[in-house]
Amino acid sequence: MSFWFTEQHTDRVRFSIEVKEQLYSGKSYFQKIEVFDTFEFGRVLVLDDYIMLTEKDEYIYHEMMVHVPIACRPDTIKKVLVIGAGDGGTVRELCRYDSIEQIDMVEIDEQVVEVCKKYLPQTACRLDDPRVHLYFEDGLKFVRRYQNTYDLIIVDSTDPFGPGEGLFTKEFYGNCFMALTEHGILTNQHESTYYDSYTEMVSRTHRRMRSVFPVSMVYQAHIPTYPSGHWLFGFASKTTHPIYDFHPARWEELQLKTRYYNTDLHRGCFALPNSVKEVLENA
Amino acid sequence: MKLIRHSQDYAPIYEAMRRYRKNNIVRLDVPGHKGGRGNKVLRDFLGADCLALDVNSMKPLDNLCHPVSVIREAEELAAEAFGASQAFFIVNGTTASVQAMILSVCKAGDKIIMPRNVHRSAINALVVCGAIPVYVDPGVNKELGIPLGMSVEDVRRAIAKNPDAKAVLVNNPTYYGICSDIRGIAELAHSHGMMVLADEAHGTHFYFGEGLPVSAMAAGADMAAVSVHKTGGSLTQSSFLLCGERVRKDYVRQVINLTQTTSGSYLLMVSLDLARQNLALHGKEIFRKTVEYATYARTEINRIGGYYAFGDELINGDTVFDFDRTKVSVHTRAIGLAGVEVYDILRDDYDIQIEFGDIGNVLAIVSAGDRALEIERFIAALSEIKRLYAKDPTGMFDHEYINPLVMLPPQQAFYSDKESLPVEQSEGRICGEFVMCYPPGIPILAPGELITDEIINYIVYSKEKGCFMTGTEDMTLSRINVVK
Repeated sequence: MSFWFTEQHTDRVRFSIEVKEQLYSGKSYFQKIEVFDTFEFGRVLVLDDYIMLTEKDEYIYHEMMVHVPIACRPDTIKKVLVIGAGDGGTVRELCRYDSIEQIDMVEIDEQVVEVCKKYLPQTACRLDDPRVHLYFEDGLKFVRRYQNTYDLIIVDSTDPFGPGEGLFTKEFYGNCFMALTEHGILTNQHESTYYDSYTEMVSRTHRRMRSVFPVSMVYQAHIPTYPSGHWLFGFASKTTHPIYDFHPARWEELQLKTRYYNTDLHRGCFALPNSVKEVLENA
Repeated sequence: MKLIRHSQDYAPIYEAMRRYRKNNIVRLDVPGHKGGRGNKVLRDFLGADCLALDVNSMKPLDNLCHPVSVIREAEELAAEAFGASQAFFIVNGTTASVQAMILSVCKAGDKIIMPRNVHRSAINALVVCGAIPVYVDPGVNKELGIPLGMSVEDVRRAIAKNPDAKAVLVNNPTYYGICSDIRGIAELAHSHGMMVLADEAHGTHFYFGEGLPVSAMAAGADMAAVSVHKTGGSLTQSSFLLCGERVRKDYVRQVINLTQTTSGSYLLMVSLDLARQNLALHGKEIFRKTVEYATYARTEINRIGGYYAFGDELINGDTVFDFDRTKVSVHTRAIGLAGVEVYDILRDDYDIQIEFGDIGNVLAIVSAGDRALEIERFIAALSEIKRLYAKDPTGMFDHEYINPLVMLPPQQAFYSDKESLPVEQSEGRICGEFVMCYPPGIPILAPGELITDEIINYIVYSKEKGCFMTGTEDMTLSRINVVK
C-alpha cells in the first residue's frame, strides 16, 4: 500500500508526492504543521496543506531570495531583517556572508521553528549562528517600530491568506519603507501568475509595492514543487536598482558556491515572459 | 405563566429548526424558493443550508406575532440572560425596537425627554406618533468635537420644566461609547412618574462583560432596544427589545405588531437565539478578549503620535459617567485630517473598512471575532496615513454639536406644506425633513427645527469633506424642504 500527499494547486489541479513516512504532524495556534519524508523530494514541510519546501528544491527559492539583493550591495548590507522563514533556509544563505553583522528573524509561529530544527536540519542548520536573533511575533507589528534601520528586509512568507496575510498589505510595505536605510532593499515571495486563482494576488501585491517604493521590480525562478513550477519574487527599494546597481565582479570574488544562482542568471531573471509583464503592467 | 423549561445552554428555535429539517416536510407553503430549488443562483451563492432554513411560521416553529412555544421559550431565555422581565425578538432592525419603545409610552402630543444625539430612528418614531421631543444638550467635548451624555442635573431641569413628560430616553452608550449616569437618571425619572427608555444599540456587551458600564436593565430602565447584531454576534437587522417590571408586556407586543413583519425571518430569529446562548455561556470571555484588543489598539495608536485614541480618562462623573472600553475611537484632527478623510483612505488604499468617520474622529468596532492581525493592520495603516498625509491642522472645523431650536412638533412639520430651497438660502426657515450625516446617523436637522447660519455652514463643510449626507428628499442635498 502506498501513501500520497496531495496538494490542491487549484480547485481542479492536484499535485501528489508519494510519502515514505510522516515524521511530524501537529497544530499550532496559527496553522497545521506537517513534515513528510518522501521518495523523490526528501523531507517536505507542509503548512495548512500547502508545501512550503522540499529538501530537493528548496535551494532555488532560498538562493534567489538572498543572493539577488546582496549581489547589488555586497559590501554595505550589514543589518538584515527576515520576516517569516521559520524553516531557516533564508538565514542559512545569509549566514554565508561574513560581511553581515546582524540578522533579526521574526517568525509568527515558534512551533514551526521548533519542528524545523528537529526535522529539517538541512535548512534550520544556521539558526544558532551568534548573529541571528529570533523574535516570535507578527512581522507587521515588529517592523512598525523601526526607522532607517535595516539594509535588507526579506519577506519569506506563506501565501496572502492565513497567518502571512498581513505581510502582503500596503501598510506593511509602507512600514518596511520606513524601516529600510536609504539604499535598503526588500525582497519577497510574490506568488505566480500561471493559475488564474493566483493572478489577482500577484497584481494586488505588485500594485501595493509599487505605490510605496520608487523601485519595484519582479524576478522569476523555477521551483518544481510550487504551483505551476514558475515562481515570482519582488524586489523593491528606495534607490537600489537590481541591474544598474548590480556588482557581479565583487560577488564573484566572494567565491560562494551556489546551485541555482549565478551572475548571468541575476541579469536574466528580471526578464519576464509577456504574460507576466501584462499582469504587472495592468496591476 | 412561564414556559421556560431549559437552561441557557439550550436554544429552542435552533432545536426546532433542526427537527424540522430532519422531517423532510413537503413545502407547499411560502417562501416560494422552496428551500432554494426555485432560485438556484441564490442557493449556490448563500449556500443550500441557508435557503433550506429560510422557512415560514408553522406550528412546530411557532409564530413571532403570537408566540406560544419555541419562540416564547427563546424569548424567556433571552429575558433571563439579559436580566429583563420580558424580551421580544425583533427582526425589523433595532430601529423597530426603538420605535416600539417610544410608541409604547407616548401618544400624539406627549412629551419625551431625550438627548439631541439620539439616533434618527427615535425622531422618526416622533414623526410617526406625534410626540414632542424635549432635547437635552448632551454637552460636547470641545477638544474632540463629540457629543457626550446627558448630565443628571440637565435631566432634572428638563423634568422640572416639563413635569408632564411621559418618558426619558437615554443612549447607553452613544456611538462613541459615552455613557450617561443611567441609574441616576432612572431614579430621578421614576420619582416623577416617567418611564426610562434606553437606546442600547451599542450596548449588548454591557449585559455580559465584566468591568463594562452598567446595562439599562441592571440600572432600572423600563425598556431597552438592544442591537444584538452589532456586538453580540447575531445577523444584521436582528435585535432584542427588553422590558422591565413596570411595563405592560402584552400591550408592547401589540405595538410591535403594528409595524413588524408577519413573516418574521427564521434566519434572523435563530441567529438571535444562538447569539443569546453563546453570550450567556461565553460572554464574559468574549468581551474580556474584546477589551484586551481594544486596549492594545488604543495604546499602540497613541504611541504613533498625533492621533488620540480616547478611553477611560474622559470619565468625569457627569456627562461622561462611564466609557465603553470596547470602542476604539480615534481623534484625527491633530494630524490635519478629518475623520472621514482617514476613513476613506483606510478603505480605498488599505482595504480596511471601519465603522465610521465624522468631522474629527474615526471609530473602529473591535470584537472577539477579530484576530490580532486585523488590529495590527489598523494600527500599521494609521501610522502610514500619518507618514503620507499628515498636514497642518489649522483652519479645520472643530464644532460638532449644534443646539436645535424646535419650532414645531416633528410630525406637524413633516406633514406640513413645504417648499424646496437651495440650502444656502434656507436660513431662518423651519426645516421640513431630516438632514443627517451618516453614519453616525445623528440628525443635524430634524423636522420642525430652525435652520441657522451655523447649521448651513456645518452642512456645507461636511459635504466638502465627503461625509455621506442623507435624509433630504433631494439626494444631493443641494436643496432642502422648508415649511411654507
